[in-house]
Amino acid sequence: MDQVASVLIQLLNGVQYGLLLFLVASGLTLIFGIMGVINLAHGSFYMIGAYLAWSLSSMTGNLLYAILIGIPLSVALGLFLERFLIRYFYHRDHLYQVLVTYGLILIFEELRSLLWGDDVQGVAVPAILNHSIPLSDTLSYPVYRLMMSAVCLAIALGMYLLIQRTRLGMMIRAGAHNREMTEAMGINIRLLFALVFALGVALAAFAGLIAAPVSSVYPNMGSQVLIICFVVVVIGGIGSVKGALFGALLIGLTDTFGQVYLPQVAGMMVYLLMAAVLIFRPEGLFRKT
Amino acid sequence: MPMHLSLPTRLLLLAAIAGLALFPLTGSIFYMQLLTKVMILAIFAMSLDLLVGYTGLVSLGHAAFFGLAGYGLALVQPAYDPMSVFVSLPAALALCALFALASGALVLRTRGIYFIMVTLAFAQMVYFVFHDTKVGGGSDGIYINMKPVVGWGDVSLINLDNRSTLYWVVLVLMVAVYLLLARILQSNFGRALQGIKVNEHRMRAIGFPVFRYQLGVYVLSGVLAGLAGYLAALQFGFVNPEIVSWHQSGAVLMMVILGGMGTLIGPIVGAFAFVLLEEFFKDDTVFGAFAKHWQLMMGGLIVLVACFLPRGLVGLLQRRKSGEGEGGGHA
Repeated sequence: MDQVASVLIQLLNGVQYGLLLFLVASGLTLIFGIMGVINLAHGSFYMIGAYLAWSLSSMTGNLLYAILIGIPLSVALGLFLERFLIRYFYHRDHLYQVLVTYGLILIFEELRSLLWGDDVQGVAVPAILNHSIPLSDTLSYPVYRLMMSAVCLAIALGMYLLIQRTRLGMMIRAGAHNREMTEAMGINIRLLFALVFALGVALAAFAGLIAAPVSSVYPNMGSQVLIICFVVVVIGGIGSVKGALFGALLIGLTDTFGQVYLPQVAGMMVYLLMAAVLIFRPEGLFRKT
Repeated sequence: MPMHLSLPTRLLLLAAIAGLALFPLTGSIFYMQLLTKVMILAIFAMSLDLLVGYTGLVSLGHAAFFGLAGYGLALVQPAYDPMSVFVSLPAALALCALFALASGALVLRTRGIYFIMVTLAFAQMVYFVFHDTKVGGGSDGIYINMKPVVGWGDVSLINLDNRSTLYWVVLVLMVAVYLLLARILQSNFGRALQGIKVNEHRMRAIGFPVFRYQLGVYVLSGVLAGLAGYLAALQFGFVNPEIVSWHQSGAVLMMVILGGMGTLIGPIVGAFAFVLLEEFFKDDTVFGAFAKHWQLMMGGLIVLVACFLPRGLVGLLQRRKSGEGEGGGHA
């Protein structure tokens, strides 16, 4: 019984980790696919989200308020960065996009250090969600993690509806398919890009906000997530939100089960998975070419 | 020396080399060691420029080779028994060449943004090999207690324990790598690479085996980065996973662009400028308590360079001479 329950727990953890990666990776893949920008600073937005969760929840006393305040803040940050920096790099070589966003990482890390210090911080789970569901005599599963997965799934569904069923989504798809033609059709591509970038920042920051109680809050937490999300995007295919979801779940499960059953090589496993995908489908699993 | 350089430039270069060669006579051990580190990084940056500036392959995982060679030296040499450099250096470089061959075959299947992400991911894989397993002492790293011997058995030709000697050896190697690359870039192989950068499809159409050329330059670049990593490990007598970290890859890319990519002098200038700026920002007599946050200034500088100095410091000088069609060729 315990055996089954522990496998179930790993499964749930893997799905939850995968869905969290999806939030970060979907923004990354949209920004790549639509704007043609490689954004190394995307992991920093995740970190900023987590630190916002910590500082705002210690100010307001509740994580839920922190989330409600944190989202508009991160949208504002996204719009600001797009307007004053990223906009000038759309037509530049990827090399310079790498450079400028790498510089942003250093800046964000130091601002974090100045503003919030260098200590590892914990964030309390909101009281309403602070329960566990018993799975066997000794094992149980926290409600908060289930709630996280549910919220992530709802966002994934919301994104699907947004992209497939709305006018804005139609513009996003058109922009991803052919930027120049979309512009020629009279779509305000500048506004569209600003919205997509802000959406990406908000998704990454939201992931950080809700992950804070589970993963704790620490310096450089963004880099790790960023690189794993690159792997997700490579596996899923650039610009494909569906690919990001599939890739994120695959990586989440691989990594979680790897940590448990093969801890020595777990760090490498996701990269080996990526290498395997590169051998058979170098353009990613879900990319239409 | 490359044919396209003008006489004043050549004289300037010779004067710079002479100045560097005479530097140890000043007796400043701190700056001599710093310059040794800078020249090692200059070799590292030149190797990356071969990919980024000349072949158009933007790699964000070049630290993998740097670190592999460093760990190669640490692992191949017995802990308390000096080993000939003629054994440990080829071993370390062979390790880099093998990794470049295997990873290159995969990463070169991708282009553009994918290439950037995949090179980063492979470097990260190497990082985790050394960080998570016991191969190289885990996250603590390993010490290299003995400097390799330049010679065989009891015969030692050069004593690398002597700091000035090491300095001169590194200077000679930096100049040698420069001359080697200048020679290669003038060869048919080098010209084909620059053609691939400008238009890959056309090069393929006129019959060049593009993939083989790219793999060739990837391996060459990896081996030269390995030489730099070997020297760095030798100088510091210590390796840990941080030398493979992606910040190392980002920093070396910064050096290439800061100096001016697609020129061989650029990466050398970039390495000097980068390290000296880093030392300046870290200087607490200038910045006081704020020196702790030197990365903020470094990050700001990187953003400014990306915005306003795309051709780097060397490009700044070249623009004044304008239009003289230099060998590099910018896309």
